[in-house]
Amino acid sequence: MRLWIVQRATAAVLALCVVVHLATIIYAVRGGLSAAEILARTRGSLAWGAFYCVFVIAAAAHGSIGLRVVALEWLGLDKAWAGRLMLAVAIAFALLGLRAVFAVLAP
Amino acid sequence: MEVIRVSVWRGGADGRFEEFEVPRRASQTVLDVVTYIQRNLDATLAYRFACRVGMCGSCAMTVNGTPRWTCRTHMDKVAKGGRVEIAPLANLPVVRDLVADMREFFDKWARSRGQFKPSATRDDAFAVVKPDSKERREADAAIECIGCGVCYAACDVVKWKPDYLGPAALNRAWTLVNDARDAGQGARLAAVAGDAGCHSCHTLMSCTHLCPKGLSPTRSIAGLKRATLGIDPEEIH
Amino acid sequence: MNLARNHPAYWAFLVHRLSGVALALFLPAHFLALALAIRGEAALDGFLRWSEQPLVKCGEWLLVVLLAAHLAGGLRVLALEFLPWRDWQKTLAALAAAFALFIGLVFALAL
Repeated sequence: MRLWIVQRATAAVLALCVVVHLATIIYAVRGGLSAAEILARTRGSLAWGAFYCVFVIAAAAHGSIGLRVVALEWLGLDKAWAGRLMLAVAIAFALLGLRAVFAVLAP
Repeated sequence: MEVIRVSVWRGGADGRFEEFEVPRRASQTVLDVVTYIQRNLDATLAYRFACRVGMCGSCAMTVNGTPRWTCRTHMDKVAKGGRVEIAPLANLPVVRDLVADMREFFDKWARSRGQFKPSATRDDAFAVVKPDSKERREADAAIECIGCGVCYAACDVVKWKPDYLGPAALNRAWTLVNDARDAGQGARLAAVAGDAGCHSCHTLMSCTHLCPKGLSPTRSIAGLKRATLGIDPEEIH
Repeated sequence: MNLARNHPAYWAFLVHRLSGVALALFLPAHFLALALAIRGEAALDGFLRWSEQPLVKCGEWLLVVLLAAHLAGGLRVLALEFLPWRDWQKTLAALAAAFALFIGLVFALAL
């Protein structure tokens, strides 16, 4: 049940993050994407840094819990293995995500 | 004389479909067809029915892949191209032919604490329950379930998670959660929470879509999701 | 002709689950691409050049639509589970689909 609650809570957080993200995407893609434009927005910005950190952690939790259920229901994994999969995905997403945030944040 | 080709499941889980030819008649129901086969073509065919007028739910079977009451399913609706396929209810062990073993269905009912637990005795005053109170209206909206098993057979979560209590059991639990006289709320909420309980419902709504009584187990389960928010996760097994 | 799987709420579930899995599979690639910026602006730009190819752009468009679909479907689930029950969930499912397509259109126009 705890996982279910975390799933719904992170869903609410992600709803806000995704709305911002979609708006940013649509704004940024006009006239073509360029690294300079993207990095000009994110480099050294504590606001964007904080936003993306929250985004990454929420996505790591939400995605891993979701994949756990898919593994249980569709891949026939047992609870122990599904739990391990969930943990692995959560850690991988968090690490890769935070690394990406650092990459676009660092001046 | 027009004839329908009827494919009927015979045997147990490792059985097979057997073909019969049944004369087509006006206003024929699937139950009529099954009855015709048993009386005229193969007396060894096993199937369940009782009221044959859409009140008891005993005749529920899988017709062309969909669980429905066979006494309330007209052949005109399902015999497209002159063929129909009849099998026992899904998600339940097969006893024989068209008869499903309903024990697990009712065991889960019990596991959800789907039984009323009294809080008063015959010596106490009558309980006063207002029929238009919010709780009573919630209970009334779900109370007409007759345990036919159609929702259980339709639910893919039951299929994917054999432990899942299922729409009917959870629906019944919800009516009791809303029963002001019931004394078993704590244990019941713990029983319906968790992986085997309401938190596994994905709002597929096949139960609501197919319930012959027009009930909405999804609605009841959503209620349980809200009701269980306050309980201690340690209580769930 | 299984009626149990042939109605809007079931399709909404399927879209939500499949889009979620697709996004989960995409996310590591997304993170790895962005991390190219560690090697400098030119590295990230190189990747963005590659992503200008029509086929890749189509993939991008699809991902945006999937994200919008997953968001809309998710909001629908949150509404079903936490708000008082209303019987017009079919409308919610339709609204979710419309939203996803709308975002897809806006994205396509912005390209």
